[in-house]
Amino acid sequence: MLALVILVPMAPGWSRVKDSFFNWEIFVRTTPRLLEAFLLDVAIFAWSAPLIAVIGLLIALCRGVRSPSLFPLRMFGAAYVDIFRGVPVILVIYLIGFGIPGLGLPRPWNSPYIWGTVALVLTYSAYVAEILRSGIESIHPSQRSAAICLGLSERDAMRYVILPQAIRRVVPANMNMFIALQKDVALLSVIGPVEILRQAGVFKSLLANFTPYVAAAAIFLALTIPATRYADYLMNRQRNVRS
Amino acid sequence: MLKSLSIALLTGGMLAMASSAYAANACSTGKTLTDGTLTIATGNPAYYPWVIDDKPEAGKGFEAAVAYALAAKMGFDKGAVKWTRTSFDEAIQPGAKDFDFNMQQFSITEDRDKVVDFSAPYYSSAMAVLVLMKSIEDGLKPELSALKDLKWGAVATTTALPAVMGLIKPASDPLLYDDTANVAEAMKANQIDAALFDLPTALYLSAVVVDGGALLGQFPADRTDKPDQFGAILAEGNPLKECVDAALAEMKADGSLAKIEAEWLQEATGVPLIK
Repeated sequence: MLALVILVPMAPGWSRVKDSFFNWEIFVRTTPRLLEAFLLDVAIFAWSAPLIAVIGLLIALCRGVRSPSLFPLRMFGAAYVDIFRGVPVILVIYLIGFGIPGLGLPRPWNSPYIWGTVALVLTYSAYVAEILRSGIESIHPSQRSAAICLGLSERDAMRYVILPQAIRRVVPANMNMFIALQKDVALLSVIGPVEILRQAGVFKSLLANFTPYVAAAAIFLALTIPATRYADYLMNRQRNVRS
Repeated sequence: MLKSLSIALLTGGMLAMASSAYAANACSTGKTLTDGTLTIATGNPAYYPWVIDDKPEAGKGFEAAVAYALAAKMGFDKGAVKWTRTSFDEAIQPGAKDFDFNMQQFSITEDRDKVVDFSAPYYSSAMAVLVLMKSIEDGLKPELSALKDLKWGAVATTTALPAVMGLIKPASDPLLYDDTANVAEAMKANQIDAALFDLPTALYLSAVVVDGGALLGQFPADRTDKPDQFGAILAEGNPLKECVDAALAEMKADGSLAKIEAEWLQEATGVPLIK
Protein backbone atom coordinates (compact mmCIF):
# COMPACT_ATOMS: atom_id res chain seq x y z
CA MET A 1 0.00 0.00 0.00
CA LEU A 2 2.79 2.36 1.02
CA ALA A 3 4.74 1.35 -2.08
CA LEU A 4 1.67 2.16 -4.18
CA VAL A 5 1.31 5.60 -2.62
CA ILE A 6 4.99 6.36 -3.14
CA LEU A 7 5.66 4.68 -6.50
CA VAL A 8 2.57 5.66 -8.49
CA PRO A 9 3.22 9.43 -8.26
CA MET A 10 6.76 8.75 -9.50
CA ALA A 11 5.43 7.44 -12.82
CA PRO A 12 6.08 9.92 -15.64
CA GLY A 13 2.40 10.26 -16.56
CA TRP A 14 1.14 10.75 -13.00
CA SER A 15 0.46 14.48 -13.22
CA ARG A 16 -1.69 13.94 -16.31
CA VAL A 17 -3.52 10.97 -14.77
CA LYS A 18 -4.03 12.99 -11.60
CA ASP A 19 -5.56 15.82 -13.62
CA SER A 20 -7.84 13.44 -15.48
CA PHE A 21 -8.99 11.18 -12.66
CA PHE A 22 -8.48 13.02 -9.35
CA ASN A 23 -9.29 16.61 -10.11
CA TRP A 24 -10.58 18.10 -6.86
CA GLU A 25 -12.21 21.13 -8.47
CA ILE A 26 -14.25 18.92 -10.81
CA PHE A 27 -15.01 16.52 -7.97
CA VAL A 28 -16.60 19.33 -5.95
CA ARG A 29 -18.42 20.69 -8.99
CA THR A 30 -20.02 17.40 -10.06
CA THR A 31 -20.72 15.53 -6.82
CA PRO A 32 -23.99 17.30 -5.86
CA ARG A 33 -25.59 16.48 -9.22
CA LEU A 34 -24.22 12.91 -9.03
CA LEU A 35 -25.80 12.43 -5.60
CA GLU A 36 -29.12 13.60 -7.01
CA ALA A 37 -28.82 11.09 -9.86
CA PHE A 38 -27.91 8.40 -7.33
CA LEU A 39 -31.34 8.79 -5.73
CA LEU A 40 -32.77 7.31 -8.92
CA ASP A 41 -30.54 4.23 -8.48
CA VAL A 42 -31.71 3.88 -4.90
CA ALA A 43 -35.36 4.20 -5.96
CA ILE A 44 -35.05 1.57 -8.71
CA PHE A 45 -33.24 -0.69 -6.26
CA ALA A 46 -35.90 -0.16 -3.60
CA TRP A 47 -38.80 -1.19 -5.81
CA SER A 48 -36.92 -4.02 -7.56
CA ALA A 49 -35.65 -5.81 -4.46
CA PRO A 50 -39.02 -6.90 -3.00
CA LEU A 51 -40.26 -8.00 -6.45
CA ILE A 52 -37.12 -10.07 -6.89
CA ALA A 53 -37.59 -11.71 -3.49
CA VAL A 54 -41.21 -12.67 -4.23
CA ILE A 55 -40.67 -13.91 -7.79
CA GLY A 56 -37.44 -15.69 -6.84
CA LEU A 57 -39.28 -17.57 -4.11
CA LEU A 58 -42.13 -18.54 -6.47
CA ILE A 59 -39.66 -19.87 -9.06
CA ALA A 60 -37.75 -21.79 -6.38
CA LEU A 61 -41.02 -23.39 -5.25
CA CYS A 62 -41.90 -24.23 -8.87
CA ARG A 63 -38.63 -26.02 -9.27
CA GLY A 64 -39.19 -27.94 -6.05
CA VAL A 65 -42.68 -29.37 -6.65
CA ARG A 66 -42.83 -33.15 -6.39
CA SER A 67 -46.28 -34.08 -7.62
CA PRO A 68 -46.10 -35.61 -11.13
CA SER A 69 -49.23 -33.71 -12.17
CA LEU A 70 -47.37 -30.43 -11.60
CA PHE A 71 -44.49 -31.44 -13.85
CA PRO A 72 -45.14 -28.49 -16.26
CA LEU A 73 -44.52 -26.13 -13.36
CA ARG A 74 -41.14 -27.73 -12.76
CA MET A 75 -40.33 -27.51 -16.46
CA PHE A 76 -41.25 -23.82 -16.39
CA GLY A 77 -39.07 -23.16 -13.38
CA ALA A 78 -36.08 -24.90 -14.94
CA ALA A 79 -36.51 -23.14 -18.30
CA TYR A 80 -36.90 -19.75 -16.59
CA VAL A 81 -33.71 -20.16 -14.60
CA ASP A 82 -31.78 -21.51 -17.59
CA ILE A 83 -32.76 -18.60 -19.80
CA PHE A 84 -32.50 -15.64 -17.46
CA ARG A 85 -29.42 -16.84 -15.64
CA GLY A 86 -27.71 -17.60 -18.93
CA VAL A 87 -28.27 -14.27 -20.72
CA PRO A 88 -26.15 -11.23 -19.74
CA VAL A 89 -28.19 -8.64 -17.81
CA ILE A 90 -27.42 -5.90 -20.31
CA LEU A 91 -28.88 -7.95 -23.18
CA VAL A 92 -32.07 -8.60 -21.23
CA ILE A 93 -32.29 -4.86 -20.51
CA TYR A 94 -31.87 -3.99 -24.20
CA LEU A 95 -34.32 -6.64 -25.41
CA ILE A 96 -37.04 -5.85 -22.88
CA GLY A 97 -36.34 -2.14 -22.48
CA PHE A 98 -36.55 -1.36 -26.19
CA GLY A 99 -38.35 -4.45 -27.51
CA ILE A 100 -41.55 -4.47 -25.48
CA PRO A 101 -42.25 -0.71 -25.70
CA GLY A 102 -41.53 -1.07 -29.42
CA LEU A 103 -44.64 -3.24 -29.72
CA GLY A 104 -46.65 -0.03 -29.58
CA LEU A 105 -47.62 0.40 -25.93
CA PRO A 106 -49.12 3.82 -25.15
CA ARG A 107 -47.52 6.14 -22.65
CA PRO A 108 -46.84 5.89 -19.76
CA TRP A 109 -46.81 2.08 -20.13
CA ASN A 110 -43.78 2.14 -22.44
CA SER A 111 -41.61 3.90 -19.85
CA PRO A 112 -38.01 2.70 -19.74
CA TYR A 113 -38.26 2.74 -15.94
CA ILE A 114 -40.98 0.08 -15.98
CA TRP A 115 -39.41 -2.24 -18.53
CA GLY A 116 -35.89 -1.73 -17.26
CA THR A 117 -37.12 -2.78 -13.83
CA VAL A 118 -38.84 -5.82 -15.37
CA ALA A 119 -35.57 -6.83 -17.00
CA LEU A 120 -33.64 -6.53 -13.74
CA VAL A 121 -36.31 -8.43 -11.82
CA LEU A 122 -36.41 -11.26 -14.37
CA THR A 123 -32.65 -11.75 -14.29
CA TYR A 124 -32.11 -11.38 -10.58
CA SER A 125 -35.06 -13.53 -9.56
CA ALA A 126 -33.48 -16.39 -11.55
CA TYR A 127 -30.32 -16.11 -9.43
CA VAL A 128 -32.24 -15.69 -6.20
CA ALA A 129 -34.45 -18.69 -7.09
CA GLU A 130 -31.38 -20.90 -7.37
CA ILE A 131 -30.04 -19.65 -4.06
CA LEU A 132 -33.38 -20.30 -2.35
CA ARG A 133 -33.61 -23.74 -3.94
CA SER A 134 -30.18 -24.67 -2.61
CA GLY A 135 -31.41 -23.50 0.80
CA ILE A 136 -34.56 -25.63 0.56
CA GLU A 137 -32.56 -28.67 -0.52
CA SER A 138 -30.12 -28.20 2.33
CA ILE A 139 -32.91 -28.96 4.84
CA HIS A 140 -32.75 -32.68 5.56
CA PRO A 141 -35.69 -34.63 4.03
CA SER A 142 -36.36 -36.19 7.42
CA GLN A 143 -37.72 -32.84 8.59
CA ARG A 144 -40.35 -32.89 5.88
CA SER A 145 -41.20 -36.50 6.69
CA ALA A 146 -41.47 -35.68 10.38
CA ALA A 147 -43.72 -32.71 9.71
CA ILE A 148 -46.03 -34.82 7.55
CA CYS A 149 -46.10 -37.55 10.21
CA LEU A 150 -47.25 -34.91 12.67
CA GLY A 151 -50.22 -34.29 10.41
CA LEU A 152 -49.09 -31.16 8.57
CA SER A 153 -50.10 -30.95 4.95
CA GLU A 154 -47.37 -30.87 2.32
CA ARG A 155 -47.98 -27.15 1.97
CA ASP A 156 -47.84 -26.37 5.67
CA ALA A 157 -44.67 -28.44 6.03
CA MET A 158 -43.05 -26.22 3.42
CA ARG A 159 -44.51 -23.03 4.88
CA TYR A 160 -43.87 -23.58 8.59
CA VAL A 161 -41.00 -26.07 8.76
CA ILE A 162 -38.76 -25.96 5.72
CA LEU A 163 -38.89 -22.37 4.39
CA PRO A 164 -38.15 -20.59 7.70
CA GLN A 165 -34.95 -22.59 8.09
CA ALA A 166 -34.03 -22.51 4.38
CA ILE A 167 -34.40 -18.77 4.00
CA ARG A 168 -32.36 -18.08 7.12
CA ARG A 169 -29.60 -20.31 5.82
CA VAL A 170 -29.22 -18.41 2.52
CA VAL A 171 -29.47 -14.86 3.87
CA PRO A 172 -25.73 -14.19 3.41
CA ALA A 173 -25.78 -15.47 -0.19
CA ASN A 174 -28.80 -13.29 -0.91
CA MET A 175 -27.07 -10.27 0.62
CA ASN A 176 -24.39 -10.85 -1.99
CA MET A 177 -26.99 -10.72 -4.74
CA PHE A 178 -28.42 -7.51 -3.32
CA ILE A 179 -25.04 -5.83 -3.35
CA ALA A 180 -24.61 -6.92 -6.97
CA LEU A 181 -28.08 -5.54 -7.74
CA GLN A 182 -27.17 -2.14 -6.29
CA LYS A 183 -24.46 -1.89 -8.92
CA ASP A 184 -26.37 -3.43 -11.81
CA VAL A 185 -29.14 -0.86 -11.44
CA ALA A 186 -26.70 1.45 -13.21
CA LEU A 187 -27.06 -0.69 -16.35
CA LEU A 188 -30.57 0.71 -16.86
CA SER A 189 -28.88 3.85 -18.13
CA VAL A 190 -28.45 2.19 -21.55
CA ILE A 191 -32.17 2.53 -22.22
CA GLY A 192 -32.48 6.17 -21.21
CA PRO A 193 -32.80 6.92 -17.47
CA VAL A 194 -30.17 9.40 -16.33
CA GLU A 195 -28.88 7.71 -13.20
CA ILE A 196 -25.49 8.22 -11.59
CA LEU A 197 -23.34 6.31 -14.09
CA ARG A 198 -24.93 8.14 -17.04
CA GLN A 199 -24.68 11.49 -15.29
CA ALA A 200 -21.00 10.80 -14.65
CA GLY A 201 -20.63 9.89 -18.33
CA VAL A 202 -22.25 13.18 -19.33
CA PHE A 203 -19.84 15.11 -17.12
CA LYS A 204 -16.96 13.04 -18.50
CA SER A 205 -17.69 13.99 -22.07
CA LEU A 206 -18.51 17.63 -21.31
CA LEU A 207 -15.39 18.16 -19.23
CA ALA A 208 -13.16 15.57 -20.94
CA ASN A 209 -12.26 14.38 -17.47
CA PHE A 210 -12.76 11.06 -15.72
CA THR A 211 -13.02 12.46 -12.17
CA PRO A 212 -16.87 12.17 -12.15
CA TYR A 213 -16.45 8.40 -12.53
CA VAL A 214 -14.20 8.35 -9.48
CA ALA A 215 -16.80 10.40 -7.61
CA ALA A 216 -19.54 7.96 -8.69
CA ALA A 217 -17.40 5.04 -7.52
CA ALA A 218 -17.00 6.73 -4.12
CA ILE A 219 -20.76 7.21 -3.84
CA PHE A 220 -21.39 3.54 -4.71
CA LEU A 221 -18.84 2.44 -2.12
CA ALA A 222 -20.56 4.53 0.53
CA LEU A 223 -23.58 2.28 0.07
CA THR A 224 -22.04 -1.09 -0.78
CA ILE A 225 -19.34 -1.18 1.90
CA PRO A 226 -21.81 -1.00 4.81
CA ALA A 227 -23.94 -3.61 3.02
CA THR A 228 -20.93 -5.90 2.56
CA ARG A 229 -19.95 -5.51 6.22
CA TYR A 230 -23.49 -6.39 7.23
CA ALA A 231 -23.38 -9.52 5.05
CA ASP A 232 -20.08 -10.48 6.69
CA TYR A 233 -21.63 -9.99 10.10
CA LEU A 234 -24.56 -12.23 9.20
CA MET A 235 -22.23 -14.91 7.86
CA ASN A 236 -20.07 -14.82 11.01
CA ARG A 237 -23.09 -15.05 13.22
CA GLN A 238 -24.33 -18.05 11.30
CA ARG A 239 -20.97 -19.79 11.57
CA ASN A 240 -20.96 -19.21 15.33
CA VAL A 241 -24.44 -20.64 15.70
CA ARG A 242 -23.47 -23.77 13.75
CA SER A 243 -20.24 -24.49 15.59
CA MET B 1 38.85 6.21 -57.17
CA LEU B 2 37.02 3.07 -56.17
CA LYS B 3 36.50 4.46 -52.73
CA SER B 4 34.98 7.73 -53.93
CA LEU B 5 32.69 5.78 -56.26
CA SER B 6 31.42 3.63 -53.43
CA ILE B 7 30.84 6.74 -51.35
CA ALA B 8 28.89 8.29 -54.20
CA LEU B 9 26.82 5.12 -54.52
CA LEU B 10 26.23 5.06 -50.80
CA THR B 11 25.11 8.67 -50.63
CA GLY B 12 22.95 8.14 -53.69
CA GLY B 13 21.36 5.12 -52.02
CA MET B 14 20.78 7.01 -48.81
CA LEU B 15 19.22 9.89 -50.71
CA ALA B 16 16.89 7.49 -52.48
CA MET B 17 15.93 5.94 -49.15
CA ALA B 18 15.45 9.32 -47.60
CA SER B 19 13.20 10.51 -50.36
CA SER B 20 10.94 7.47 -50.02
CA ALA B 21 10.86 7.60 -46.22
CA TYR B 22 10.23 11.34 -46.06
CA ALA B 23 7.47 11.78 -48.56
CA ALA B 24 5.93 14.35 -46.20
CA ASN B 25 6.44 18.08 -46.72
CA ALA B 26 8.80 20.10 -44.58
CA CYS B 27 6.29 20.82 -41.83
CA SER B 28 5.20 17.28 -41.03
CA THR B 29 8.57 15.55 -41.51
CA GLY B 30 9.44 13.49 -38.46
CA LYS B 31 6.31 14.53 -36.56
CA THR B 32 4.13 11.54 -37.41
CA LEU B 33 4.00 8.27 -35.46
CA THR B 34 5.73 6.43 -38.30
CA ASP B 35 7.97 8.40 -40.63
CA GLY B 36 6.44 8.71 -44.06
CA THR B 37 3.02 7.44 -42.95
CA LEU B 38 0.08 9.46 -41.67
CA THR B 39 -2.06 7.48 -39.23
CA ILE B 40 -5.64 8.74 -39.06
CA ALA B 41 -8.26 7.38 -36.66
CA THR B 42 -12.01 7.26 -37.11
CA GLY B 43 -14.94 5.72 -35.24
CA ASN B 44 -15.75 2.05 -35.07
CA PRO B 45 -18.01 1.79 -36.96
CA ALA B 46 -17.82 5.08 -38.87
CA TYR B 47 -21.17 6.33 -40.11
CA TYR B 48 -22.67 7.79 -43.28
CA PRO B 49 -22.34 10.60 -44.37
CA TRP B 50 -18.97 11.00 -42.65
CA VAL B 51 -17.56 7.75 -43.99
CA ILE B 52 -19.49 5.81 -46.61
CA ASP B 53 -19.94 2.06 -45.99
CA ASP B 54 -17.53 2.15 -43.01
CA LYS B 55 -14.62 2.11 -45.50
CA PRO B 56 -12.50 5.23 -44.93
CA GLU B 57 -9.80 3.79 -47.26
CA ALA B 58 -12.13 4.50 -50.18
CA GLY B 59 -12.03 8.25 -49.46
CA LYS B 60 -15.80 8.49 -49.75
CA GLY B 61 -17.84 10.43 -47.22
CA PHE B 62 -17.11 13.87 -45.81
CA GLU B 63 -14.50 13.02 -43.19
CA ALA B 64 -12.74 10.44 -45.34
CA ALA B 65 -12.53 12.92 -48.21
CA VAL B 66 -11.29 15.72 -45.94
CA ALA B 67 -8.73 13.35 -44.43
CA TYR B 68 -7.25 12.47 -47.83
CA ALA B 69 -7.28 16.10 -48.97
CA LEU B 70 -5.53 17.11 -45.74
CA ALA B 71 -2.98 14.34 -46.21
CA ALA B 72 -2.30 15.50 -49.76
CA LYS B 73 -1.73 19.09 -48.58
CA MET B 74 0.64 17.78 -45.92
CA GLY B 75 2.60 15.81 -48.49
CA PHE B 76 1.27 12.29 -47.98
CA ASP B 77 -0.10 10.53 -51.04
CA LYS B 78 -3.00 8.11 -50.81
CA GLY B 79 -0.75 5.10 -50.17
CA ALA B 80 0.95 6.80 -47.22
CA VAL B 81 -2.29 7.15 -45.25
CA LYS B 82 -3.01 4.45 -42.68
CA TRP B 83 -6.41 4.17 -40.96
CA THR B 84 -7.06 3.01 -37.43
CA ARG B 85 -10.17 2.92 -35.20
CA THR B 86 -10.75 4.29 -31.73
CA SER B 87 -13.67 4.81 -29.39
CA PHE B 88 -14.50 8.24 -27.98
CA ASP B 89 -12.95 7.35 -24.61
CA GLU B 90 -9.71 6.14 -26.16
CA ALA B 91 -9.39 9.42 -28.01
CA ILE B 92 -9.66 11.64 -24.92
CA GLN B 93 -7.88 9.53 -22.31
CA PRO B 94 -4.50 10.78 -21.13
CA GLY B 95 -1.28 9.26 -22.46
CA ALA B 96 0.22 8.32 -25.79
CA LYS B 97 -2.07 7.93 -28.82
CA ASP B 98 -1.86 5.38 -31.60
CA PHE B 99 -2.99 7.91 -34.21
CA ASP B 100 -1.61 11.16 -35.62
CA PHE B 101 -5.05 12.71 -35.65
CA ASN B 102 -8.57 11.47 -35.05
CA MET B 103 -11.64 12.53 -37.02
CA GLN B 104 -15.03 11.38 -35.74
CA GLN B 105 -17.17 14.50 -35.44
CA PHE B 106 -15.51 15.72 -32.25
CA SER B 107 -17.13 18.99 -31.23
CA ILE B 108 -14.53 21.45 -30.07
CA THR B 109 -15.09 22.49 -26.43
CA GLU B 110 -12.91 24.40 -24.04
CA ASP B 111 -12.92 21.67 -21.42
CA ARG B 112 -11.97 18.97 -23.88
CA ASP B 113 -9.22 21.23 -25.18
CA LYS B 114 -7.51 21.05 -21.78
CA VAL B 115 -6.87 17.33 -22.22
CA VAL B 116 -6.24 16.94 -25.94
CA ASP B 117 -5.38 19.27 -28.83
CA PHE B 118 -7.93 20.18 -31.47
CA SER B 119 -7.12 21.13 -35.03
CA ALA B 120 -8.84 24.16 -36.53
CA PRO B 121 -12.50 23.32 -37.23
CA TYR B 122 -13.16 21.55 -40.53
CA TYR B 123 -16.94 21.78 -40.26
CA SER B 124 -19.53 23.95 -38.47
CA SER B 125 -22.87 22.32 -38.13
CA ALA B 126 -26.40 23.49 -37.60
CA MET B 127 -28.51 21.52 -35.11
CA ALA B 128 -31.66 19.83 -36.37
CA VAL B 129 -34.64 18.33 -34.54
CA LEU B 130 -35.61 14.77 -35.38
CA VAL B 131 -39.21 13.75 -34.65
CA LEU B 132 -41.68 11.16 -35.89
CA MET B 133 -43.70 12.08 -38.98
CA LYS B 134 -46.77 11.29 -36.86
CA SER B 135 -46.04 14.25 -34.55
CA ILE B 136 -45.87 16.66 -37.50
CA GLU B 137 -49.12 15.27 -38.86
CA ASP B 138 -50.65 15.81 -35.41
CA GLY B 139 -49.88 19.51 -35.78
CA LEU B 140 -46.45 19.95 -34.17
CA LYS B 141 -45.02 23.25 -35.45
CA PRO B 142 -41.34 24.20 -35.66
CA GLU B 143 -41.68 26.81 -32.90
CA LEU B 144 -39.57 27.01 -29.78
CA SER B 145 -42.60 27.17 -27.46
CA ALA B 146 -43.98 23.92 -28.87
CA LEU B 147 -40.67 22.12 -28.27
CA LYS B 148 -40.68 22.63 -24.50
CA ASP B 149 -43.42 20.10 -23.81
CA LEU B 150 -41.84 17.29 -25.82
CA LYS B 151 -39.98 14.41 -24.22
CA TRP B 152 -36.39 14.85 -25.40
CA GLY B 153 -33.66 12.31 -26.00
CA ALA B 154 -29.99 12.82 -26.80
CA VAL B 155 -26.69 11.01 -27.04
CA ALA B 156 -25.01 11.47 -23.67
CA THR B 157 -21.50 12.02 -25.01
CA THR B 158 -22.33 14.83 -27.45
CA THR B 159 -22.83 18.57 -27.03
CA ALA B 160 -26.45 18.08 -28.14
CA LEU B 161 -27.37 17.70 -24.46
CA PRO B 162 -26.20 21.17 -23.34
CA ALA B 163 -27.85 22.52 -26.50
CA VAL B 164 -31.19 20.97 -25.54
CA MET B 165 -30.91 22.26 -21.97
CA GLY B 166 -29.76 25.74 -23.00
CA LEU B 167 -31.83 26.36 -26.13
CA ILE B 168 -35.08 24.52 -25.49
CA LYS B 169 -35.22 24.12 -21.69
CA PRO B 170 -37.67 21.17 -21.84
CA ALA B 171 -40.27 20.72 -19.11
CA SER B 172 -39.19 17.16 -18.26
CA ASP B 173 -35.63 15.82 -17.99
CA PRO B 174 -34.31 14.36 -21.27
CA LEU B 175 -33.49 10.67 -21.55
CA LEU B 176 -29.88 9.92 -22.52
CA TYR B 177 -28.38 7.13 -24.61
CA ASP B 178 -25.02 5.70 -25.58
CA ASP B 179 -25.22 6.27 -29.32
CA THR B 180 -27.47 7.45 -32.13
CA ALA B 181 -28.75 3.91 -32.77
CA ASN B 182 -30.20 3.74 -29.25
CA VAL B 183 -31.80 7.18 -29.55
CA ALA B 184 -33.40 6.02 -32.79
CA GLU B 185 -34.63 2.84 -31.09
CA ALA B 186 -36.18 4.85 -28.23
CA MET B 187 -37.91 7.09 -30.76
CA LYS B 188 -39.31 4.08 -32.61
CA ALA B 189 -40.55 2.74 -29.26
CA ASN B 190 -42.24 6.12 -28.69
CA GLN B 191 -40.32 6.65 -25.46
CA ILE B 192 -39.10 10.04 -26.68
CA ASP B 193 -40.75 12.60 -28.97
CA ALA B 194 -37.76 14.49 -30.26
CA ALA B 195 -33.99 14.40 -30.39
CA LEU B 196 -31.39 16.97 -31.32
CA PHE B 197 -28.55 16.07 -33.69
CA ASP B 198 -26.20 17.90 -35.96
CA LEU B 199 -27.87 18.32 -39.32
CA PRO B 200 -26.04 15.62 -41.33
CA THR B 201 -26.64 12.97 -38.65
CA ALA B 202 -30.30 13.97 -38.37
CA LEU B 203 -30.72 13.72 -42.15
CA TYR B 204 -29.22 10.26 -42.16
CA LEU B 205 -31.33 9.06 -39.22
CA SER B 206 -34.59 10.33 -40.66
CA ALA B 207 -33.86 8.84 -44.08
CA VAL B 208 -32.38 5.48 -43.16
CA VAL B 209 -32.71 4.50 -39.50
CA VAL B 210 -36.00 5.76 -38.07
CA ASP B 211 -39.04 4.51 -39.96
CA GLY B 212 -41.45 7.41 -40.24
CA GLY B 213 -38.84 9.83 -38.97
CA ALA B 214 -38.79 13.44 -40.15
CA LEU B 215 -36.87 16.64 -39.52
CA LEU B 216 -39.05 19.17 -37.73
CA GLY B 217 -36.62 22.01 -38.31
CA GLN B 218 -33.16 23.35 -37.72
CA PHE B 219 -31.72 26.04 -35.50
CA PRO B 220 -30.12 28.85 -37.50
CA ALA B 221 -26.44 29.34 -36.82
CA ASP B 222 -27.01 32.68 -35.01
CA ARG B 223 -29.64 31.07 -32.78
CA THR B 224 -27.24 28.43 -31.58
CA ASP B 225 -25.08 29.98 -28.91
CA LYS B 226 -21.91 28.58 -30.40
CA PRO B 227 -22.50 26.51 -33.50
CA ASP B 228 -21.02 23.06 -33.10
CA GLN B 229 -17.61 22.94 -34.73
CA PHE B 230 -15.87 19.70 -35.54
CA GLY B 231 -12.10 19.43 -35.17
CA ALA B 232 -9.63 16.61 -35.44
CA ILE B 233 -8.17 15.44 -32.11
CA LEU B 234 -4.42 15.25 -31.60
CA ALA B 235 -2.50 14.20 -28.51
CA GLU B 236 -1.91 17.18 -26.17
CA GLY B 237 1.10 19.15 -27.42
CA ASN B 238 1.48 17.22 -30.68
CA PRO B 239 3.73 19.33 -32.96
CA LEU B 240 1.81 18.06 -35.99
CA LYS B 241 -1.07 20.39 -35.04
CA GLU B 242 0.42 23.40 -36.84
CA CYS B 243 0.80 21.34 -40.03
CA VAL B 244 -2.84 20.16 -39.89
CA ASP B 245 -4.00 23.73 -39.21
CA ALA B 246 -1.90 25.11 -42.07
CA ALA B 247 -3.27 22.50 -44.46
CA LEU B 248 -6.85 23.25 -43.32
CA ALA B 249 -6.32 26.99 -43.77
CA GLU B 250 -5.04 26.32 -47.28
CA MET B 251 -8.10 24.17 -48.06
CA LYS B 252 -10.44 26.87 -46.76
CA ALA B 253 -8.66 29.54 -48.80
CA ASP B 254 -8.68 27.65 -52.09
CA GLY B 255 -12.29 26.51 -51.62
CA SER B 256 -11.54 22.80 -51.71
CA LEU B 257 -12.99 22.25 -48.21
CA ALA B 258 -16.26 23.92 -49.22
CA LYS B 259 -16.32 21.76 -52.34
CA ILE B 260 -15.96 18.57 -50.32
CA GLU B 261 -18.69 19.75 -47.96
CA ALA B 262 -21.01 20.45 -50.88
CA GLU B 263 -20.26 17.07 -52.38
CA TRP B 264 -20.81 14.94 -49.27
CA LEU B 265 -23.07 17.07 -47.04
CA GLN B 266 -25.33 18.66 -49.64
CA GLU B 267 -27.41 21.62 -48.68
CA ALA B 268 -30.22 20.23 -46.60
CA THR B 269 -33.18 21.49 -48.52
CA GLY B 270 -36.64 21.54 -47.06
CA VAL B 271 -35.71 21.68 -43.39
CA PRO B 272 -37.42 24.82 -42.01
CA LEU B 273 -35.86 27.17 -39.50
CA ILE B 274 -37.24 26.99 -35.96
CA LYS B 275 -38.88 30.25 -34.91
